[in-house]
Amino acid sequence: MSPTRVPVVEKIFDANDQVAQQNRAYFDRHHTFAINVMASPGAGKTTFILKTLEALTPKYRLAVIEGDTAPVTIDSDKVSALGLPVVQINTGGDCHLDAVMLHAGLQSLPLENIDIVLIENVGNLICPAAFKLGSHLNLLIASTPEGDDKPYKYPNMYRGIDVLIINKMDLLPYVDFNMANFQRGVEILNPGLRTFPLSAKTGDGMSDWINWLDEVVQQHRQK
Amino acid sequence: MHELAVTESVLEIALRHANQANANRVTDIYLIVGKLSSIVDDSVQFYWNMIAENTICQDARLHFKRVPARLKCLDCQQEFEVVESLSPCPQCGGFHLKIIGGEEFYVESIIVEK
Ligand SMILES: Nc1nc2c(ncn2[C@@H]2O[C@H](COP(=O)(O)OP(=O)(O)O)[C@@H](O)[C@H]2O)c(=O)[nH]1
Ligand SMILES: [Mg+2]
Ligand SMILES: [Zn+2]
Repeated sequence: MSPTRVPVVEKIFDANDQVAQQNRAYFDRHHTFAINVMASPGAGKTTFILKTLEALTPKYRLAVIEGDTAPVTIDSDKVSALGLPVVQINTGGDCHLDAVMLHAGLQSLPLENIDIVLIENVGNLICPAAFKLGSHLNLLIASTPEGDDKPYKYPNMYRGIDVLIINKMDLLPYVDFNMANFQRGVEILNPGLRTFPLSAKTGDGMSDWINWLDEVVQQHRQK
Repeated sequence: MHELAVTESVLEIALRHANQANANRVTDIYLIVGKLSSIVDDSVQFYWNMIAENTICQDARLHFKRVPARLKCLDCQQEFEVVESLSPCPQCGGFHLKIIGGEEFYVESIIVEK
């Protein structure tokens, strides 16, 4: 019964990361561009997704995956109302989508007829950062009423993203949000991060984001 | 929080490596946890006691080795530790920083009995 040390050195999220890679390959086989939309609850994910869908129609064939902690179809119904395919994934109370849940949800989407899929992750600034999905673009929506200290409090979330939306810019005059302090934190965590301040409600600033996304998707297709 | 998923993953990794080593029992598990990884040790321990039961990992001790968050200033090359929240370079006040430590999150090793 001699104690022996067994070296392991295995990342705790390895299993999820491997499934995420499979999801990526699955998207690529179908020529579908996947966007993982993360934010705290109420930041404006659903509003932003709906506006983005409207702006990209009819140029692209679109679909949405809604991650929800409970079987409530409020967000999914809004997408269905646009006549677009939507799949809801209930996480059963879990605080995030993971690669396995996404993999299962993907089976009920006709990906061969879809150019871009937007994935609304569960509203949470901690957990979705740890679980990669296999998306091509990891997007975070910050909103001005949340305050400018969020990069400092949730560094992991800001580390792993490819593009940042600052939503609810229409509320800037009414809330304490120090843009310089916010951007300083972002710059430490993710230097040079592409950032789009906008209002999903009024539509102000949406076109810069849409034009950029259009370019990114076109470039991706040429690869 | 996703501590349950994390704990399940730790158990899966430990069992797999223990089986490969033909172990009868796992007594200790060493985890390296960067300060930036926002994992609550106590919750992992709580779930651990539930899910490790009736496996060869039952009663194994979890050791959390915390790695501090370290930054490097890209302007003056100064390296420093983040104590509370992100802060500018203590030497030159710059914000042009790179994270060089604190994001680790892995099972380093296990102690087994054969
Ligand atoms: N003033 C303002 N309100 C917004 C904006 N975007 C979303 N909202 C509102 O914020 C609330 C939460 O939005 P929702 O899209 O459901 O957020 P989600 O929980 O992240 O999906 C709703 O009442 C929206 O109408 C914005 O740009 N400006
Ligand atoms: Mg929503
Ligand atoms: Zn410096």
